[in-house]
Amino acid sequence: MSSKRKGTYAAKMKRATHILFYRRHQKPGVRGWELHKALGSDYPKVLDVLDDFLKPLDLQVKTVFQQENAPEKPTLDELDKARFYVTLRGDLQPKETKMIGWRIDDLAGLAITISYIISKKGQAARRDVEELLGEKIPGWKIGLNIDRYVRYGYLQQDDNEQLYLDWRTRAEVDEKALIDLLLRSEEERAAAESSEPQDEETDEESDQPN
Amino acid sequence: MQAQNPKGQTRKETKKLGKDRLERVIDMMKGIEGHTVDPFLLNVDEIIRIIQEYFPTWDQPEELTLDAEAIHHLASVIKLQSEWVKQRSTSLYTDPFLLEEKITQKNKREITQIFLQAWHPIVEQEQITLRSLADALRYWDALVPLRERWEQPAVTEIPIGIATREELADQSILRDEAFSAELERYWSALQTKTQTEGKDGKLHYMDWVSADTYEETVHRAYITSFLVTYGYATLEVIPLEEEIFVMPLQEPSAKLHRQAVSVPITLSFESWQKWKRGEKE
Repeated sequence: MSSKRKGTYAAKMKRATHILFYRRHQKPGVRGWELHKALGSDYPKVLDVLDDFLKPLDLQVKTVFQQENAPEKPTLDELDKARFYVTLRGDLQPKETKMIGWRIDDLAGLAITISYIISKKGQAARRDVEELLGEKIPGWKIGLNIDRYVRYGYLQQDDNEQLYLDWRTRAEVDEKALIDLLLRSEEERAAAESSEPQDEETDEESDQPN
Repeated sequence: MQAQNPKGQTRKETKKLGKDRLERVIDMMKGIEGHTVDPFLLNVDEIIRIIQEYFPTWDQPEELTLDAEAIHHLASVIKLQSEWVKQRSTSLYTDPFLLEEKITQKNKREITQIFLQAWHPIVEQEQITLRSLADALRYWDALVPLRERWEQPAVTEIPIGIATREELADQSILRDEAFSAELERYWSALQTKTQTEGKDGKLHYMDWVSADTYEETVHRAYITSFLVTYGYATLEVIPLEEEIFVMPLQEPSAKLHRQAVSVPITLSFESWQKWKRGEKE
């Protein structure tokens, strides 16, 4: 690669970083066509390079296609219609969730809600979800939590009180991995648990409203 | 004597039985299509056998339509079965009961740990930069103060006075003569013209309103509408012949108002010209 070309790519990568990291709209992330307009038609290549640069920082450029199943070799048109985000590449430790504003039971509620909706082919009655959450979460918190998940963009609710997965779940959650992990055998779970550090704080006593 | 099939049924009986069976099958398949019945409750081979069995019996169009309808619904059910299998064979399909069981078995910590392995939250920066501050300051400098932006246009106060009739006439607010006086004048003219040119106390509408200029004609039509409204005259409309006559009254009649009916009359430039040339419509 010539130094001039290198310089062009460096400038484009810088621009892509600004566009992707700083929120430009009400929702985070940018559409492909916005990147196309700002960086030119080779923006997928720029994003690939940026993704490589983000790897050591445990970050990644995440592409969420308009259609549910991501195409194997997306066309430029499909990329233009897709949404791009910068997300964490690896996973968070339980201690870290508190740093980003999540309590363990709120996160557990979100995990249950998302996996339940996935198992119901992407749609579940709010009443059923409330019933399921009611087994582990105090009643006064269930409605508040579901409303919060909807507000954040993890869920969507229609007029018939049916819940669906929304844009943030598609951007942030590896649905297949979540279900696989939930269904993992007890032995595997036990093995995984034994290898985890024991210094996680307990948050289970804090179920009372403040 | 009627021919019988191996089961000892006449053709008519076979047809009736076949129709009943097909209708029952169609109802069931509609239930499956409406997602009220499990698609695998239907034995596709059995349905095909029934359709095949009765097909030679059908000769009427409605019977063949019923047969076609059964095949159409059967195709839809097979499609639903295929979708069901496809959905369950995908890696994302999980039996909801199994999943519920797993969820209830796990405590909050376990579920959270699992979720954290599949959760990659969006990363965002919220930061003000020197450049954006500088841009904002430049914008602020260029921004016009509210008192200037919302300033009302200066309006010169003019003391209240009395306008003379001449001034109002100059501004076309009033005509040279009072409107009622003008009406009276036209009423009188209508009476005179009806006596001289009219027949049976009425005058053809166009004979009355037509003037030397189109503008004057429109004005006369306008005045005539008031003559009729205020009871100085009345209109006689003969719908079949599309003729309209004006009849002046001797005294203004308030009784006429009891049945107020609007009569739209078109007075185009072309119709006025034709009337002038003597081409009565």
